[in-house]
Amino acid sequence: MFGIHYRLERKATWLILGIIGAASVGGIVEIAPLFTIHQTVENVPHMRVYTPLETAGRNIYIREGCYACHSQMIRTLRDEVERYGPYSLAVESKYDHPMLWGSKRTGPDLARVGEKYSDEWHVAHLTNPRHLVPESVMPSYAWLGRNKLRTDDLGAHLAALRTVGVPYTDEMIKNASADAYGQAAPDTPYAEGVTQRYGEATTVRAFDGRPNDLTEMDALVAYLQILGRLTDAAAKPVAAREDNNAQP
Amino acid sequence: MHYIDQLTRNERQSALVILIGLCAAGLVLGIAGRDSLLGIHGLMISIIAVVTIFAVISRYYNPEPGAERFDDYYDEPSKLGIILAMGWAVIGMFFGLWTSALLAWPELTFDAGWASFGRIRPVHTSGVIFGFGGNALIATSFYVMQRTCRARLPDQLSPLFILFGYNIFCILAASGYLMGITQSKEYAEPEWYADVWLVIVWVTYFITYLRVLARRKEPHIYVANWYYLAFIVVVAILHIVNNLAVPVSIGSEKSYSIFSGVQDAMTQWWYGHNAVAFFLTAGFLGMMYYFLPKRADRPIYSYRMSILSFWGITFFYMWAGSHHLHYTALPQWVQSLGMTFSVMLLVPSWMSAANALLTLNGAWDKVRDDATLRFMMVAAVFYGLSTFEGSFMAIRAVNSLSHYTDWTVGHVHAGALGWVAMITFGSIYAAVPWLWKRESMYSPRLVEVHFWLSVSGTVVYVLAMWNSGIIQGLMWRTYNESGTLAYSFIESMVAMHPYYIARTFGGLLFLMGAVVGCYNLWMTIRHAPRGARSASDLLPTGTPALQPGE
Repeated sequence: MFGIHYRLERKATWLILGIIGAASVGGIVEIAPLFTIHQTVENVPHMRVYTPLETAGRNIYIREGCYACHSQMIRTLRDEVERYGPYSLAVESKYDHPMLWGSKRTGPDLARVGEKYSDEWHVAHLTNPRHLVPESVMPSYAWLGRNKLRTDDLGAHLAALRTVGVPYTDEMIKNASADAYGQAAPDTPYAEGVTQRYGEATTVRAFDGRPNDLTEMDALVAYLQILGRLTDAAAKPVAAREDNNAQP
Repeated sequence: MHYIDQLTRNERQSALVILIGLCAAGLVLGIAGRDSLLGIHGLMISIIAVVTIFAVISRYYNPEPGAERFDDYYDEPSKLGIILAMGWAVIGMFFGLWTSALLAWPELTFDAGWASFGRIRPVHTSGVIFGFGGNALIATSFYVMQRTCRARLPDQLSPLFILFGYNIFCILAASGYLMGITQSKEYAEPEWYADVWLVIVWVTYFITYLRVLARRKEPHIYVANWYYLAFIVVVAILHIVNNLAVPVSIGSEKSYSIFSGVQDAMTQWWYGHNAVAFFLTAGFLGMMYYFLPKRADRPIYSYRMSILSFWGITFFYMWAGSHHLHYTALPQWVQSLGMTFSVMLLVPSWMSAANALLTLNGAWDKVRDDATLRFMMVAAVFYGLSTFEGSFMAIRAVNSLSHYTDWTVGHVHAGALGWVAMITFGSIYAAVPWLWKRESMYSPRLVEVHFWLSVSGTVVYVLAMWNSGIIQGLMWRTYNESGTLAYSFIESMVAMHPYYIARTFGGLLFLMGAVVGCYNLWMTIRHAPRGARSASDLLPTGTPALQPGE
């Protein structure tokens, strides 16, 4: 064996091919089947996609690095389920490009934070966390309420997401900017389009409390309020989920 | 700017073509992205290119380097790389200190977006991993490959292009985070255009390495080169696969990963863990396999252990990434495979550490007297400790406690400070006098000071994080007598406060060490007495001298 190596290490090409070969096996065995074994992601009917406003909010969440301190993955452990809610299912992040499971909890998990607190609470908390939780070490994000949300390119964002597999319709892409405005302006004609395209259950509210002013705060709060609520599959008993999986 | 004088006329022309191409690419991004953040980066790229174009033009007609350059190894890129590495070390560690201070004193953000925790944290991680670690790896790999192959770098331009291009990537990364440009993939945060640029640089690096190997006068490829090769090849594979994404448009900095959810999580941690394996381990083992035996003046203890540990590390590590996803929505069979291979990984890891420490047999008096060699010895010890800890934390039951806590942060820093940074400082202190033809560093006493600051900083940091992580993990899962959770989340956070202060202090010690190192480096270059040229500076003309490990 060492004799073979003695010859191998004289040939750069074979050494490199050996490295590529040895290093490829693990990834191929562990990753490739995740795309082909269909039990990997549960089959759930009526899973809704993120609205343009929530997508914008998700991008702000990414931009500010929220994932560095907040996970979105409740593990299958008793204390986590009791603290945060039903454990996370693979399907719940099916439309998350990229996923935001996180790897550190300096702050609590957010996988099911949607509708746990009021919009007012979130706005006040993001503006200055220590007004509500004196011991908090979260940065204040007051400027989110001052920054206008950019909406003109949201159609392009949705189109890119469709390219990678999120089922946005042409209608959704065409109306993305108007829908982003409408979701935070309940008493305008734009609001109707949002519920038409994304479902009656879609939350249409003036998230930052100012319906005429579409800010980054609106978008981030809209995103936080949908977390864990794209599907109710996790709240159903396991047997019911397996029935769904049995369907082709 | 004397780097341009080392280029031949043809190379100066090629450099101009490359720079004009880069400038044009920057302009395209700048114009297409004029109403987004991408425009700023496009403009930055163009400005850097234009400034460099002027520098090349101003020296275009300077005399070309003579044929005598072929008598000597080409070490200017290594010198530049070491200076850049030390500069990034101070920047990256300063941002680390600031990031850690924010957890103890959250108001240090000045109500400014760019200064908030989420934006400066990746400046720290990328600054130290890619800025400090990457430049040190490139610099030492040029040094080591030439000497162990007994062949000069094939040309003057490509090594300088690699360093120049790589540092543009680092600058795009760090400045992007502050503006809010990030993919959110840990340790792969830079956006699509920076990723594409890195691929170009990295392929050049790989080809340069192959060209040196092809010209080698030494029939056997030395073990350090196996590791550097694995580092270059596998990092390329990881980088390309994990960063596959669809940009919103050519004029937008934003892209969407082609992977989602569970597949994305697995791909990300396959990347993330193997960035640890092939960037932070394989590359630095390459460094260790050259500089430790050279400095100790002892051959590598065991050739067979080198072979077994190299292939063990290359094969096993790639399976281990899923241990970052225990108890998650990742299928359990993948979690179990990840755990199994992580535990097995201890064998080749400890074999490497043992090989390094046993090499020091017969040279322990030098370890006592020479802080440079002691840096490398302590690095090997921390390598052994943190790989044991890593295998331990990959066990599902242990991971249920440690995951999401500061224990992970402590583990990473035991490896990053104790192993990666210390082997780098040791190698730099060994290489600098050889490169600049000095008798020794300007002040061996300051190397000693740096050593003790580094060791004490690492120990304080790691102990603080072990304590906070385990306390955190236990508080989250403690039940009271009535069967409900005993602590609210905020109570666990309040309990962290003293440890966060201690950790910041540990980081401060480590940063002070790096600053002392920079001063010592500067004074060595400027003021230390010139030493005689050592035999290893000269290309062999007659019978080869014995190389370490042979």
